[in-house]
Amino acid sequence: MNARAPFAAASSHTPQNSEELPGEARQGIPMVELENISVSFRSPDGKLVQAVRDVSLQIASGEIFGIIGRSGAGKSTLVRTLNLLARPEKGHVSINGQNLLSLGENELRHARREIGMVFQHFNLLSSRTVFENVAFPLELAGHDKAYIAREVGQLLDLVGLHEQAWRYPHQLSGGQKQRVGIARALASKPKVLLSDEATSALDPETTRNILDLLRRINRELGLTIVLITHEMQVVKQICDRIAVMDSGRIVESGKVIDVFRAPQTAITRTMIGEVIAHELPSSVLTRIQRRRLARGNTAGPECLLRLSFAGDDVDRPLLSEAVKRYGLDFNILHGQIDEIQGQAFASLTLLAHAGEEALQGAKEFLRNHDVSIEELNHVV
Amino acid sequence: MSSELLNLLWSSFFETLVMVGVAGAAGALLGIPLGISLHITSANGILPRPFFNRIAGLLVNAVRSTPFIILLVAVIPLTRLIAGTSIGTAAAVVPLSIASCPFVARLVETALREVAPGLVEAAQAMGATRLQIVRKVLLPEALSGIVAGLTVTFVSLVGYSAMAGAIGGGGLGDLGIRYGYQRFLPEVMLVVVLVLIAFVQIVQSLGDYFVARISHRNQSSPTSA
Repeated sequence: MNARAPFAAASSHTPQNSEELPGEARQGIPMVELENISVSFRSPDGKLVQAVRDVSLQIASGEIFGIIGRSGAGKSTLVRTLNLLARPEKGHVSINGQNLLSLGENELRHARREIGMVFQHFNLLSSRTVFENVAFPLELAGHDKAYIAREVGQLLDLVGLHEQAWRYPHQLSGGQKQRVGIARALASKPKVLLSDEATSALDPETTRNILDLLRRINRELGLTIVLITHEMQVVKQICDRIAVMDSGRIVESGKVIDVFRAPQTAITRTMIGEVIAHELPSSVLTRIQRRRLARGNTAGPECLLRLSFAGDDVDRPLLSEAVKRYGLDFNILHGQIDEIQGQAFASLTLLAHAGEEALQGAKEFLRNHDVSIEELNHVV
Repeated sequence: MSSELLNLLWSSFFETLVMVGVAGAAGALLGIPLGISLHITSANGILPRPFFNRIAGLLVNAVRSTPFIILLVAVIPLTRLIAGTSIGTAAAVVPLSIASCPFVARLVETALREVAPGLVEAAQAMGATRLQIVRKVLLPEALSGIVAGLTVTFVSLVGYSAMAGAIGGGGLGDLGIRYGYQRFLPEVMLVVVLVLIAFVQIVQSLGDYFVARISHRNQSSPTSA
């Protein structure tokens, strides 16, 4: 028997998953739909906190949707409205066409089995082995022992933890714990997987492995994934579309590549800027900072720029043309060409030395050729 | 020491054993459910019932703050109703149980509070009923803490049972007072104290052994980063 047999039914609903351009609605009704959601709660000191303000969004079936924001932006509360762990006082929540807010307690419990969830701190039961943790949701649903043993075996194969089945959580590494968490979330064959900062407690290497696993699950099982994170890197690696949250609102959303190329809001720019600033060697940043302080804290003729090229522009000699035309002097501090969702995406960080006029001319020229330009002087 | 005294020591030890064992068991039987209900009806619990929680909390505190020697006398009518008599070992079991029940309840409540809220949230996200959360998450995760609490209860009961002599409950403590103190036989007092120390030591070691067997937490690495 095929090891993936229990998931065959799920994948057959979305047969062209991997061929189709990700991020686009494949079916008529969205898998997840939020309409005008507002959530507030009382903080321990008695103040009323408005965590989510009037948020609406739609997530298509089979999509990996990222919600990114700083801590306290309301993203964890927002994702908890998707299984009503947080109850919105206003709005409409529907999963796979079912209106969750209209359900009774019992029906809601059944609906929740269609929505898996993984957590930042894993939330594994310390008194249970790996096997028993993965079996837990199946026990709750009242399945018999033989069924549970079969399913859990397959899930542990899927996440590569067969050898660890009889160990306890405290004997596992962070990455292994999260794999258990993922296997457990998949046990009830959900249609949607919610991931609440699932990789935030993990090191970069383990983060990549976990994200690869999520991507694989998304492709193989056709599972819709809603992923909460504060790390742009995570979003860049696996999301199809993202929404940026700030103070309880979604301030920007779209395909990852579009948001990366042309961020619309200051908060997004800063978050992307931080990724870049993180990539720049710190000695270079310090030198730029020192020169800047010597000039009395003004940028002067130096300007730190990030240029983003996407698609066909990636391999055109636009920069050298700008140099010839406008006499721009620059050095490249950092550069990379990535693929975001199958599209080439290049990002170059330049330190330009030029007069105001030459700089404006060059920026104008590049912008006309679909290069997005972002000044990064604020990150220095 | 005369064989008569040895016999007395043996029967007193047996009385202590009965009082502590039965009262501890009764306290656990009533105190564990009470502790669970105190925990789940609290503001952040899975079944918030502020009024019930308040009243139950007040009752528990009231019994716990009553000195045992007063409780012993105050509940005599109830003791008569349950044990049929107000004197003797069986009668002493009633006030001892009443004293240990709220004690166990608070210790159980504390142990349950130590269970990470994330575990309850995860179970809710999986569609668990409240009963399932109590049975499959809260109790198993808090079990080592509950066993540790019960151990403390048994040890405290050994001390309380010494006062049972006031209503003719017998036991080692009573023996020590009557023979060691009132009849001025310091060697009896010494033996009684030594036996009590050994007894408490055994109870505590047994408790620690079970806690270590049950606990799968934090033995080598923290549960989260």
